[in-house]
Amino acid sequence: MTDLTGDTPPPETTAAPKRAGHGLGANLLGWLQAAPLTVILVGFLVAPIIMIVIVSFWGATEFSIYPAFQFDNYEFLFGSPVTYRVFLATFKYALITWALTLCIGFTVAYFLAFHVRSQTMQIALFLLCTIPFWTSNIIRMISWIPFLGRNGIANQTLQDWGLIDAPLEWLLYSDFSVILAFVHLYTLFMVVPIFNTMMRIDKSLLEAARDNGASGLQTLRHVILPLTKPGIMIGTIFVVTLVMGDFITVRFMSGSQKANVGRLISNDIALLQYPSAAATAVVLLATVLIIIAVLLRFVNIRKEL
Amino acid sequence: MARSNQLELVQLTKRYGETVAVDDVTHAFPAGAYVCLLGPSGCGKSTTLRMIAGHEEVTEGSILLDGFDISDLPPARRGTAMMFQNYALFPHLNVRDNVAFSLRMKGVDKPTRHKRANELLELVDMGRFADRLPAQLSGGQQQRVALARALVTDPKVLLLDEPLSALDPFLRIRMRAELKKLQRELGIPFVHVTHGQDEALALADEVVVMNNAVIEQAGPAREVFNAPRTEFVARFMGGHNVIATPQGKVAFRADGVRLAGPDAGLPATVTAVEYQGASVALTAATESGEELLALLPEEDFFAAPKSPGEAVRLSWDEGRANRLQA
Repeated sequence: MTDLTGDTPPPETTAAPKRAGHGLGANLLGWLQAAPLTVILVGFLVAPIIMIVIVSFWGATEFSIYPAFQFDNYEFLFGSPVTYRVFLATFKYALITWALTLCIGFTVAYFLAFHVRSQTMQIALFLLCTIPFWTSNIIRMISWIPFLGRNGIANQTLQDWGLIDAPLEWLLYSDFSVILAFVHLYTLFMVVPIFNTMMRIDKSLLEAARDNGASGLQTLRHVILPLTKPGIMIGTIFVVTLVMGDFITVRFMSGSQKANVGRLISNDIALLQYPSAAATAVVLLATVLIIIAVLLRFVNIRKEL
Repeated sequence: MARSNQLELVQLTKRYGETVAVDDVTHAFPAGAYVCLLGPSGCGKSTTLRMIAGHEEVTEGSILLDGFDISDLPPARRGTAMMFQNYALFPHLNVRDNVAFSLRMKGVDKPTRHKRANELLELVDMGRFADRLPAQLSGGQQQRVALARALVTDPKVLLLDEPLSALDPFLRIRMRAELKKLQRELGIPFVHVTHGQDEALALADEVVVMNNAVIEQAGPAREVFNAPRTEFVARFMGGHNVIATPQGKVAFRADGVRLAGPDAGLPATVTAVEYQGASVALTAATESGEELLALLPEEDFFAAPKSPGEAVRLSWDEGRANRLQA
């Protein structure tokens, strides 16, 4: 394309006035077409974030909030050991959830894309995966509680089988239950993009790999995995962002015994400490953006979008 | 006989449920020859090739290579290599790594496999492009890379599945000349699936015409073209007329048909005239309603031009007409 344009410079001088008029009309139309999305993004995304950043510099007493430009909130945030502990816990949740959803998501997507031969079956099974999404997150979360509780189905079954003598305490209101709920809620966000990328892999590539002597495992490692990377990356961004920003799952599934950054913010808000909440939110946002930026350095997802 | 690379199909059959894709095919491919499997789509030629390659399971019968039954071996252990229709190059690997892929799978160390890959890239004249990704290559270049990748394993037989169909006509003619040259240099049999009879005639030492899951006729290209055994072969190879005579159907070449004088030949009415450069294709309907094609030298035709609707008389050398079996 570049040499084409280089060969034939547009005859600007002769047709300039007419072109300018035409260009303005086309430009105006273009701006108009872009306007609705711009308005929505500015109004509902950019403006709120700017607001949060501004509020994060405000001051607060026990009973009032006052506009200011001071770094008290950030100083307190970075000065408190709680912050680091909570951020670390959040990273831990994100990392473990990511690893588990990736394993499950990749396996499910692989099964759907390469083992299920008929397309009707593929679509049917794929829709089956989405059925849990017909109910709300909270309900799906809460339904774990009677299952995992001290006298829940899991403990009773295990006791009936004689595998354990006393109920397992760590099943509910623990890191285990929090991560279990995260994995349950977010695995599909990993399945969908990976499945999507896998479906685009030309099946003759797998035959070519076999023709070149690759075993099943080698095909997976040298052909499927590299070609699925963009999907894995998109799923990773989904899951990491969702887990980093979550507070309700941690609250319910840990019985308010565990904390993550989201809960830090929600507690501040409950105490009407908006500036402090805003400062924490800004730090969290920056953290997530840095994570995504690092991820994008590794894999180019542009061709997937 | 140690390295004759003789490929043989014995009562080879492929069924998909009730459908028979390849029906009891027995054929011995001549050693070291360029063979074209020719036929319309759905005739079973691709299935046959894929069975030889090992990408399709054999329902019945066997495939012998140098006397060994390879029907149950995995593709990579058969001594065959396949070049895919859309080349199937790995998009995430550069040209050199694509060619070296099978060596890497075998655990050959990097310098050795890169050296070997470079040799093959030189063979197909693609050495300069070793560091490019497949997406940065043209169709013809991709095909050369696919060829190099297939040859890197030193196969006993190279299988090509419609290798030229994705190229534009100009490039296709150039690539087929190169394929032929490469085959002669390597001396291993090439089995090339195509639906283009011109491609088959241009390339093949032996043409195997398939239709409805069976081989209709196999033989040297000239023999198949000049002496088609069945009506299907005569019509599919093109350039032939098939007419019914009291003794049965006969075929004769369209370029042997001439406009005859008033007392000779078969009366017919011109239905179409098509100028083709070196010759003129004149289609005429006989009184019995059969269509005849005459390829007339351009000069002869324009000495006494005919237009659609005109009555003509057509004659041909009965001695060169060919009795058809079916």
